[in-house]
Amino acid sequence: MALGARQVSRWCCLLKTSRAAEFPRRLRSCSITAHACREFAPLALLPSKKNVLLWRLQAYRHVSVLSCSPPDSAKDEFFSSPESNLPSPVEQEQAKAKPLPDLNAKILYEDWDDVPPSSALEEISEEEAVQIIAEPLLPLQSSTFRDYVDHSETLAKLVHLGVDLSQVEKRQKAGQLLLTLDFEKDIKKILLFLKDVGVEDNQLGTFLTKNPYILAEDLEALETRVAYLKSKKFGKAEIAQMVSRAPYLLLFSVERLDNRLGFFKNELGLSVKKTKDLVIRLPRLLTGKLEPAKENLQVCQVELGFQRNEIQEIVFKTPKILTASRKKLKQTFDYLHNIMGIPHHMLTRFPQVFNSRLFRIKERHMFLTFLGRAQYDPAQPSYISLDQLVSLPDEVFCTEIAKASIQDFEKFLKTL
Amino acid sequence: MAAAAAVPAGLFAVYKPAGVAWGRVRAAVETRLLSELNAAPRRALPQHVRFLPTQGDGGATELVPTMVPVLAEHPLVRGPQFRRLKIGAGHRLDVKASGVFVLGISHGNKLLTDLYNCHLSKVYTVGGLFGKATDDFSDTGKLVEKTTFDHITREKLEQILAVIQGTNHKALLMHSNIDMKTQEAYELAVRGLIRPMGKSPPIITAVRCLQFAPPEFQLEIHCLHETQQYLRKIVHEIGLELKSSAVCTQVRRTRDGVFTLDDALLRSQWNLQNIRSAIWSCQLKVQAEIERTLGHQDGSNLHQQDVEMAHAADS
Repeated sequence: MALGARQVSRWCCLLKTSRAAEFPRRLRSCSITAHACREFAPLALLPSKKNVLLWRLQAYRHVSVLSCSPPDSAKDEFFSSPESNLPSPVEQEQAKAKPLPDLNAKILYEDWDDVPPSSALEEISEEEAVQIIAEPLLPLQSSTFRDYVDHSETLAKLVHLGVDLSQVEKRQKAGQLLLTLDFEKDIKKILLFLKDVGVEDNQLGTFLTKNPYILAEDLEALETRVAYLKSKKFGKAEIAQMVSRAPYLLLFSVERLDNRLGFFKNELGLSVKKTKDLVIRLPRLLTGKLEPAKENLQVCQVELGFQRNEIQEIVFKTPKILTASRKKLKQTFDYLHNIMGIPHHMLTRFPQVFNSRLFRIKERHMFLTFLGRAQYDPAQPSYISLDQLVSLPDEVFCTEIAKASIQDFEKFLKTL
Repeated sequence: MAAAAAVPAGLFAVYKPAGVAWGRVRAAVETRLLSELNAAPRRALPQHVRFLPTQGDGGATELVPTMVPVLAEHPLVRGPQFRRLKIGAGHRLDVKASGVFVLGISHGNKLLTDLYNCHLSKVYTVGGLFGKATDDFSDTGKLVEKTTFDHITREKLEQILAVIQGTNHKALLMHSNIDMKTQEAYELAVRGLIRPMGKSPPIITAVRCLQFAPPEFQLEIHCLHETQQYLRKIVHEIGLELKSSAVCTQVRRTRDGVFTLDDALLRSQWNLQNIRSAIWSCQLKVQAEIERTLGHQDGSNLHQQDVEMAHAADS
């Protein structure tokens, strides 16, 4: 009896001190308040009315069962009991072997009302002393998962799955979301859904790291979106590939996905089949912003001077050009066209050059000019194709294309 | 700590390519090193004892002590081991210039200050073009005037260079604050060690013409306390002295104190292993140079301390 009261008084003090801070903290985005975590029952942090009583019951029975069942109680009961000035000293628990009888909740309630609270300095017997569980409290507010991961099965299972919690905790509200969810009840069904869609087991971790918000989505909505994609004649493997490479895809509603697919079809003017092929190869077109893609197309047409059919061919071969930076695109084109003297039709045949870094093109072109081998016209002898210019690694480029040693290339680079 | 021992420490030189700001070069090296250091395998997770509930006999739950790994130390929970590296830059190069650029990592940054205080000269290869003058003295600036250059010969150019070298030599002697009439000054001058050991305006210690093929020409300039824009201005003034005009096409640093072009690492060589070996190979000569130049200054303090300690030990 005395034991319960002791624990109550201890919690009373803690309630008073941290109650004020509890409510505003709940709404802060990047901090993780533990109050909503239902699993932390015995170690439980302050929090909501449900846990408070649970902790009380557990303390009384001193059995640390980790499952939680939310009993009803009024918080006022706690504050009505007189508090003692000092909480009982923390006593280390020792291993207990003997099982304890289950107590009926009703009996407990009745006993509770009769027992007067006792002083913290009252002497207790050895058995009662051994039965006190006093573990250090978990912090109520934290900006990192490190404080909670050892005490939460959900978080432990996510770590074993491969989710990078250090990245997730930096996202807005993602940390709080993970703490409120339970692995068995909520997360498991989303994971099974993702496996059905076709995401590989070893990719689930990275998927959740990039998009933890999918765990808050409604399962029916997700299934509707997959059904929509299937109705647009995307194959199962293709949908799996798209979802793996663009984790945010399934967060978009059906209308938004429809709008975006329509946008690309209209802007590029490609056939339905080709647009689908494009989107399968670069699904982040659908999840990214549309304005920059439109501006890139404008740049290609107006400033770079490509014809519409040339743009279609380039975008189909290298869709990354739609997400490239405009400034770099213009600089690369300027060097290729004006300084290297490559005409538009050659660039249309080898659009991979737009994906490579400008410094690589410059260094290799200057080396070839120095050797007198800079010949990019297929009609003339010793022609060097643009894709070989950019895609080959340095050693192969030096020996095959430039017909020089890599030491010569390095010495040349140091003269630039 | 074992983690800190994995980080290389010391001075090394990279070849800064033209067209990139020096800050970006420093950041690129830092990013590359961080990714390689974080990719190294970490030690095993520590374990701790937890009392976990298990189903005992008769269906009742009981606590059993078990060793479980501490998940708070798991790499996926903790994050990368290294997030920042202290990389300092030596004498900087502006965007259009290229060449030897000295960087220091962690403890090596202290040596950067020492090297700065040594006031060693740097060697540049400066390329110029006769016939044009622009507002910022380089070939990418706005054109101001065009002139003829047919009358320029190599002898005239070398005459101008000799004049420049002469005036700068006088400035060198003046700023080095040494009394010229002493034996010490004579010995230093014989060994070529007279130079300003404090702040001074830019001084050119030696100039010579490497190539002359009008309109292009190339100079090798040894200088102290300079900026690359100052060298471009020198090229412009050479053009004016020759009654023509000139712009600077290339400024390339071939030597920064003890670091030469051979020590500089190219962009493809900016990885952990190459940097470690570069630090190792440059360590000795950096140490030797600092001791030679600053040794007699620091040494007096150290000597005094040694002498005092010897006295204390004796008495």
